[in-house]
Amino acid sequence: MNCYRFLAKDALSAFLAFLAERERVLVPVEKNGARSSVVFEEWHEGLPFTMLKSTVPPKAAVLPQCEVLFTCRRVPDEGDQNRHVMVLDDTLTAQPTVIVATRPCDARGFAVLDRPYLNGLYQDPYYAARRKELTVLTLTCPTGCESCFCHWVGGGPSSPEGSDVLLTEIEGGYLCQSVTEKGRSLLERSALPDGEDRLASMQEARKKAYQSLGRAPDLKTAPQRISERFSDLDFWNRWTEACISCGACTYFCPTCYCFTITDEGDPAHAEGGRRLRSWDNCMSSLFTREASGHNPRRKKAERMRNRISHKYATYPENWGVFSCSGCGRCVSNCPTGIDIRAILLSALGKEEDMISHGTQSKETGQ
Amino acid sequence: MTTITNPRMPHGITPRPLLPHANAYAPMLATVHEIIEESPTIKSIRVVLNDDEAQRSFTFEPGQVGQLSVFGAGEATFVISSPPSEKRFLQFSVMLAGEVTAAIHRLSVGETVGVRAPLGNFFPYKDWFGKNVFFIAGGIGIAPIRTIMLHVLEHAENYGSLHLLFGARKPGDLAFKQDIPDWLTRSDLDCTLCVDRADESWSHKTGMVPSVLEELAPQPENTVAVLCGPPVMIKYTIETLEKLGFSPEHIITTLEKRMKCGIGICGRCNIGGLYVCVDGPVFSWKTLQGLPNEL
Repeated sequence: MNCYRFLAKDALSAFLAFLAERERVLVPVEKNGARSSVVFEEWHEGLPFTMLKSTVPPKAAVLPQCEVLFTCRRVPDEGDQNRHVMVLDDTLTAQPTVIVATRPCDARGFAVLDRPYLNGLYQDPYYAARRKELTVLTLTCPTGCESCFCHWVGGGPSSPEGSDVLLTEIEGGYLCQSVTEKGRSLLERSALPDGEDRLASMQEARKKAYQSLGRAPDLKTAPQRISERFSDLDFWNRWTEACISCGACTYFCPTCYCFTITDEGDPAHAEGGRRLRSWDNCMSSLFTREASGHNPRRKKAERMRNRISHKYATYPENWGVFSCSGCGRCVSNCPTGIDIRAILLSALGKEEDMISHGTQSKETGQ
Repeated sequence: MTTITNPRMPHGITPRPLLPHANAYAPMLATVHEIIEESPTIKSIRVVLNDDEAQRSFTFEPGQVGQLSVFGAGEATFVISSPPSEKRFLQFSVMLAGEVTAAIHRLSVGETVGVRAPLGNFFPYKDWFGKNVFFIAGGIGIAPIRTIMLHVLEHAENYGSLHLLFGARKPGDLAFKQDIPDWLTRSDLDCTLCVDRADESWSHKTGMVPSVLEELAPQPENTVAVLCGPPVMIKYTIETLEKLGFSPEHIITTLEKRMKCGIGICGRCNIGGLYVCVDGPVFSWKTLQGLPNEL
């Protein structure tokens, strides 16, 4: 049973304060610089925040950019001071966290990460602990944006997947709808007034959001068509010409989850050693380079092919859905203007859709 | 053996021994027990798990791999080159290649290392019951061949005739010199050695593995070919095997990829939708033929 509560705009800060009593609260905060951006930061009383779509998705709440997997120390043996023993410490503390006003595409990103991290052969204990402690309060989108395409890939401006509560902006505030049991109990604990009487406004707002989107191309054949394109290296070369292998597309992506593991420090020194896990980037030539020098993805076209294939062919092969939530950040943050939508449509032979969607075609746009 | 019910779709995963520790990223501590200099660039490291019970109960299948850590330097993936019947230690045979392997080569007896094992799938040796098995190894490829060949030899009554063709660049590069006299003389194994460049001491065959294989001309009927070695050797040896009439499902090999997590998450060892660390490292040529060509 859904639970509906109304959050008035002028009650937002009080609501955040209520959440912050028990958990770390992450909110979108505007950063003004040469290029202004919106990033998630821990809320505290008085922190100015925004309800705008974040520039960087809140993926780091469950998968930090860099984290310590364990520390290692070589210490004298208690029984025999001439001997040493290695002590590993993999104690994990997951801070209860609530994300406020993320968007449906980013909430769906968590669902994409959940499959390999929670449901594979082994569960990732670090991810699992943080995910269990995470509550996601998602703001449904009032309209689509220039580079996003959530409705192409199974989502939409009010998709509930990955969220615990959906907030929809209506007159005077937000209607909060519980999606999960966790979200329901949070809303019930809160002092927010009942919102059932405002359901019609919520539905109206959501309908308007859907109507603002263009027609979605049919991507059902994408896994097969992209697999068939595998050996067409000319195709991948053409679409990768501009790529500088910077990896912005992967770092800004709510569904990219590749990582590397490295050691740092020295267990024999006082400060000890650490094994770290850090975000990695499949667009870098170092990603797959072996110690022998052999590299199965030496060319940038081969790396682009792998990234596109993973999102629209091989992840679906393994998990039944795309590993792209259509947030469009790889499009808006690419320094050379590469548009994943155009590559996708071209791979599917749907060039006519590119024109109707206004995506730049490198093939037909010359 | 833990049975695994299809964690991913649609290809299931063969049941296999799994990591015994709860945190898949935290290695078990182990102590270097013995170091064998196999060749100028290959050392075999024998390690004993520090927890006696963990060592006693450690089980794996031949072909499964482990991540060996030198704390502070990192970890890398190697096949467990001792047979599963060896309960006293785990052996990893390591060729000097990069930073981690250099740190492994600097280890001395008594030092502490980390082990995350067993990982990956294993050789489908039960499918070979009643068949002849022709093992082919090039260079460090003898490491996975050693574990499966010793396992098959321990159960030789289940198989037909057993053969080994083992090649290296030059005589000094042949690893497992301690084992070779036994392999050459035992009656249940027909062992052929070859080197690309012979010297005056060399009394075995001279030539590359594929050409020596062509000369030996094993009969493909009721025979499985199991080959491990560098990619270029694998490529030409498979061509030769196909020329000799071996069918793709009876050609079994192992793949190497750069690996980090070893548990199918970190994303770098995939070939199409398969992950070498979970779906491999053992593959039939038939399976590989159906995958994108990205070796």
